[in-house]
Amino acid sequence: MTSIDTPLEIAGKQYQSRLIVGSGKYQSFQQNLEALEASGAQMITVAIRRVNLGQNKDEPSLLEIISPTKYTILPNTAGCYTAADAVRTCRMARELLDGHKLVKLEVLGDQKTLYPNVTETLVAAQELVDDGFDVMVYTSDDPLIAKRLEDMGCVAVMPLGAPIGSGLGIRNPYNIRMILENAKVPIIVDAGVGTASDAAIAMELGCEGVLMNTAIAEAKDPILMASAMRKAVESGREAFLAGRMPRRLYASASSPIDGTFF
Amino acid sequence: MQVYVNGDTVQLNDGASLIDLLQQLQLADAKIAVELNESIVPRSQHQDQALHENDRLEIVHAIGGG
Repeated sequence: MTSIDTPLEIAGKQYQSRLIVGSGKYQSFQQNLEALEASGAQMITVAIRRVNLGQNKDEPSLLEIISPTKYTILPNTAGCYTAADAVRTCRMARELLDGHKLVKLEVLGDQKTLYPNVTETLVAAQELVDDGFDVMVYTSDDPLIAKRLEDMGCVAVMPLGAPIGSGLGIRNPYNIRMILENAKVPIIVDAGVGTASDAAIAMELGCEGVLMNTAIAEAKDPILMASAMRKAVESGREAFLAGRMPRRLYASASSPIDGTFF
Repeated sequence: MQVYVNGDTVQLNDGASLIDLLQQLQLADAKIAVELNESIVPRSQHQDQALHENDRLEIVHAIGGG
């Protein structure tokens, strides 16, 4: 083996795992934690929501189960449809997590597709970067917008492979390739992965990582799927580093043509 | 006095501070963040932050999400 991989680096911190997972849609905290451990992920997204007044006071909170000292917590702005709401959510997250600056920015445009609202995303990204946040930004697979977000100072650009929660896989690998060609910050496919081969495809394209939630949480066996995703991300990364053979239209024999006895 | 917490009305003694409200809601030790009239109140200021009639508070925490 000649290629020794370097760790994924985001906002000055190194990660051995290139898989980032979500914490939504699990049946229990315990299942979430077991899937997290099986995935090998070192970064996990959380949502910021109102506390339920007067309910379940003795129930543990997510951050008591998933330790911010062991894992990098990535608060998201899911559910935000305006730049103002997203910025407000990030500021609440920073207070909640004692000054933690790393956030996942997503500004959605429409409830049916959950496609990013790119114009609002650009406004929010600028405001958050100016306010000192380290912004990992969810966006469309438009190479020009991805570059603009990078130029603004986002620490990672995260194009979708397909709509959030759709499990349709990487629908436009050529756009992801164009984004990668121009990128100097990590490009992480966020959304669309449905099964292990989708994650491997993202990594084989040269992405620095993959972020997923539903593909693991909605699998029949989330813990086994988390393990599958860990292997898929690792093998996709190794295949990328190894450099695949060229595609040919016609066959190329693997056994020598010389030396046959017939 | 009456304040709004996460959209619901909560009755408080006159002169109550933010920490009094959090204690009343049994959230004084919880991992939360608080916004008062759309400005964040840092944890270090919960003790001293005065509340007033019709103040609007948001109290949030982290939950599962992708």
